[in-house]
Amino acid sequence: MHLAYPTVLAALLFCTGLYGVLARRNAILVLMSVELMLNAVNLNLVAFDVWLSKASRETLHSGQALTLFTIAIAAAEIGIGLAIVLAVYRNRGTSDIDKLRDTAEGHESEGPDSDALTAGSADGAGKAEATA
Amino acid sequence: MTTTTLAVLVPLLPFLGAAAGLLLGRTAPGFVRPLAVLPPLTALALAAVVAVRQGGEQAIDAHTELTPTGSVPIELALHIDGFAALVAVLVGVVATCVQIYSTGYLRDDPRYPSYAALVSLFTSAMLLVVYSGDLIVLLVGWEVMGICSYFLVGHYWETPEARAASIKAFLVTKLGDVPFLIGLFALATDAGSFRITKILGAVANGGLDHPTIVALLLLAGVAGKSAQFPLHTWLPDAMAGPTPVSALIHAATMVAAGVYFIARLLPVFESSQAAMVTLAVMAAVTMLGSGLAALAQDDIKRVLAYSTIGQLGYMTGALAVGDRGAAVFHLLTHGAFKALLFLAAGVIIHAAGTNSLAAMSRMRGLRDRVSDAYWTMTVALLALAAIPPFSGFFSKESVLGAAEHVVTGHTEHAPSAAGWITLVAGLLTAVLTAGYATRLWLLAFHGRGAEAPDHGRQPLTMTVVLWVLAVPSLALGGLAFRVLPDWFDGRDLTPTLTTSVAGTGVALVGAIVTYAAWRHTTTLSARAPLGAVAAHPEGDAAQVEAEAIASHAPVYGGVAYAPDPADPGRLLLGPLHRHAAVGFHLDAVYAALFVRPVQAGASLVRFLDREVVETYVRGAGALPRLLGAAVRRAQTGNVQTYVSALLAGTVVLAVAALLVATGA
Amino acid sequence: MTFAAAHTHGFLSPTGVEIAFLLVGLATFGAALVTVTTRQLVHAALWLVVALGGLAVEYLLLTAEFIAWVQVLIYVGSVVVLLLFGLMLTKAPIGRSPDADSGNRWAALTVAVAAAAALVWVVVDAFRTTWVDLDGPAAGSTAVTGASLFQNWFLPFEALSVLLLAALVGAIVLSRKAKAESSSPPVNSRAATGSSPSVPDSRNHPIEGNGRVEGTNPVATTGLTHAADAADAADAADAADVTGSPGVTGSPHAPSPTSTAGTSPAQQQEGAR
Repeated sequence: MHLAYPTVLAALLFCTGLYGVLARRNAILVLMSVELMLNAVNLNLVAFDVWLSKASRETLHSGQALTLFTIAIAAAEIGIGLAIVLAVYRNRGTSDIDKLRDTAEGHESEGPDSDALTAGSADGAGKAEATA
Repeated sequence: MTTTTLAVLVPLLPFLGAAAGLLLGRTAPGFVRPLAVLPPLTALALAAVVAVRQGGEQAIDAHTELTPTGSVPIELALHIDGFAALVAVLVGVVATCVQIYSTGYLRDDPRYPSYAALVSLFTSAMLLVVYSGDLIVLLVGWEVMGICSYFLVGHYWETPEARAASIKAFLVTKLGDVPFLIGLFALATDAGSFRITKILGAVANGGLDHPTIVALLLLAGVAGKSAQFPLHTWLPDAMAGPTPVSALIHAATMVAAGVYFIARLLPVFESSQAAMVTLAVMAAVTMLGSGLAALAQDDIKRVLAYSTIGQLGYMTGALAVGDRGAAVFHLLTHGAFKALLFLAAGVIIHAAGTNSLAAMSRMRGLRDRVSDAYWTMTVALLALAAIPPFSGFFSKESVLGAAEHVVTGHTEHAPSAAGWITLVAGLLTAVLTAGYATRLWLLAFHGRGAEAPDHGRQPLTMTVVLWVLAVPSLALGGLAFRVLPDWFDGRDLTPTLTTSVAGTGVALVGAIVTYAAWRHTTTLSARAPLGAVAAHPEGDAAQVEAEAIASHAPVYGGVAYAPDPADPGRLLLGPLHRHAAVGFHLDAVYAALFVRPVQAGASLVRFLDREVVETYVRGAGALPRLLGAAVRRAQTGNVQTYVSALLAGTVVLAVAALLVATGA
Repeated sequence: MTFAAAHTHGFLSPTGVEIAFLLVGLATFGAALVTVTTRQLVHAALWLVVALGGLAVEYLLLTAEFIAWVQVLIYVGSVVVLLLFGLMLTKAPIGRSPDADSGNRWAALTVAVAAAAALVWVVVDAFRTTWVDLDGPAAGSTAVTGASLFQNWFLPFEALSVLLLAALVGAIVLSRKAKAESSSPPVNSRAATGSSPSVPDSRNHPIEGNGRVEGTNPVATTGLTHAADAADAADAADAADVTGSPGVTGSPHAPSPTSTAGTSPAQQQEGAR
């Protein structure tokens, strides 16, 4: 098989996941997109491992081992990530990434109650000014 | 110790006292009064020893080169002849009296330590001027006196009058000091040295190349320092300072420095006829103008200030007729009685709670409250009016006698025009002097109306000093005119018959006319109540005086005059009174010619700085601020925008790296 | 570069494996696209399942069988389930949710497309003449993988297990409800002023809350006591007529007007002397 197939597919999946991370509002959707990215990486690793093992340039099967590790780490990460999302949800009442604006300029001057008010109005403004 | 060592110590001790006072004033307040009084007292003692040792014979000369300048070297030199020795003793006496008086006058003043230190510094600078044999060192003392005058006149800087007066004094004297400096340089270039002895030698040998220019330039500085027309306007306003300051600086020492300077270098001036005539004209205008103005003043200290200006005019008139012995004789007696007048005026102001003659003339029995001041002031006023046998009579007669000497044909030192101008002006001024002295005495001590308030006895330090100064005012003249020629140039200082009779006669005429006018107008005082007294009569004299100065303009409508129909000066001057009260509008002329253009220029500069330069500065700041605001908008707090930006940048960098790597 | 005699390598004559890979790849990619664009959150999770499953098939096509079944087991089996649990516990809306995409999506699209273009181009350009040899024994069979893992990769394997343990403990700690705030780590922090509500308290500043942020809380109920103390301090400062500083709690707003009124006369008296 031409190596282009798996690698191109991996690249496309990665960028799809990238889009999801940057564009989705719900934290859990962001986590899903992260999973897509990780899977794309895994595909890449496997493809290269197969290629290099069969070409006898590699005897350690490092690609597949790393893929297994990545899968395990992804599982751990999703566990922690969901715990965090649930904690945020319990604290803020929402799992919107947009509402997590503590590092914003001038955030301290707003009262905590006004977060909900300003978030709604700042959404459009905030994202509209996102610089690429 | 050698006389030279003692002479060096004389200016040095008050300087060290001043330095110690400035350094220790806050940390050791118990030492301040001894540090104020003892150095001048010691300097007086040493100056007396120096004078005794010098004895009017050979001048004491000592010099060491201070700095080579490439052309004319500057040397630290002493030149103590009879003039210097006696003037130094006068300075020592007056300075010591003033320091002792000040301990009582500024009893509760929180700024007394710095005041005393500045008075000591001033004393040291004046002694340096007196003893110095090198013109640049003299200039140093000259200028230090100027700055001390600024600080001391501005002692009550809470009052706007004091602030304005100190700046005015400083600027006007500096206006004279710039030509003075140029004149000094010209003189030294012509004579080849800054040393007084060498300059006088050069004048005697071959003369100077440009005597008139040099003399006129030097006269400008003298006019500023000694308050002669046209640079005299600062002295009446400088009365906004404490009375002891006025006694020391504006009566006995600093204003005498100009006269003393001309006396030292008289051959330089004598080599230019034009300068002598100019000096005589200046003296005459000064004498007459100040005499008229003194008749119109309401503030007791301003009367004395104009009186000082006029008496200095006498001294410069004596110099204009080439007789420095007479000038310095009058300087010595004037120093004593004018200081006494000022110090007594301080006591009166403290007791009456006001400095206004109009208010004092409506108080009865003031002379019983301040009997020491009454008697000593009477003595001093008689000396001022040149009534025999007081000291002022002898010294003024020596001036008039010198003028008569020139008029009768002895013109080897001065042109006869100078003699005539001085003689006529001197006689007229004698009338005016007696007039305003009488007016002051009558208004202050013979008022009618409510009983004067009783604030207790005046401090002993203030009253004892008055009697100390009364002795030379009474006795100096009679004893001195026989002895002084040995100290001075040898010219006879005995009063001549014609001038004595003429002078005393016109003085008595002036006094009687004023008395008659007073009798006429004093009945009006009951019908026109006027006056206000200080709000804190129990305070020390400095506080009372400061309040009196600050309240004069609001109460009476002006700082100099009062709308008092019972003032004999109004009757005597007639239509001139209005003009005399404001010094014949010279201040207004200066304001229009100089002050307003400078202020307009200053406001223009301020406008340009604010609108033009500041705009650039603010504009330079506005751009970063805009950029910062723009950049700050990227701080959205939204993680996704941050990551988007990060990744976008990464993609760009990766593509760029690829392009570079593939050589595109 | 390997050549298999039975196949001709060429771009226009793909093998069967390649065709199968391509088709499954398309399906996977499509499922992934739907995952990141759909507005129905639960559907997104389910489409993720499809994508992950498709990837498992791809692994099989690449003869990495062990990884394929691990993929199904872990990813599809547990990760997606966890995601679904997460959606459920955060009360994700069933059906279309109008704000599933943030306003950042255009920038995200730009970045993603650019990244995709760059990556694909680079990859294709780099591996233009590279073929994977899939004949012969499977490169990713269980035996091979197990041998490799437990011989060469044993230490990372153990480390991984420690990591999993840490993740486990962390997840438990994170999801505990804090009873006393002092014992709990500051991630779930309440403000130090002592309130512990059981409902979501949006007035508190967790995680990044520093002393200054907590201190400048003039509107919060807890801040009122501080304002009262500062007012008393300002009165005391006025009475003593000193230039007292209003720094009781460090909050500069409330007491400053009164204390500046108190200090200015004192400063004027000093200036007059």
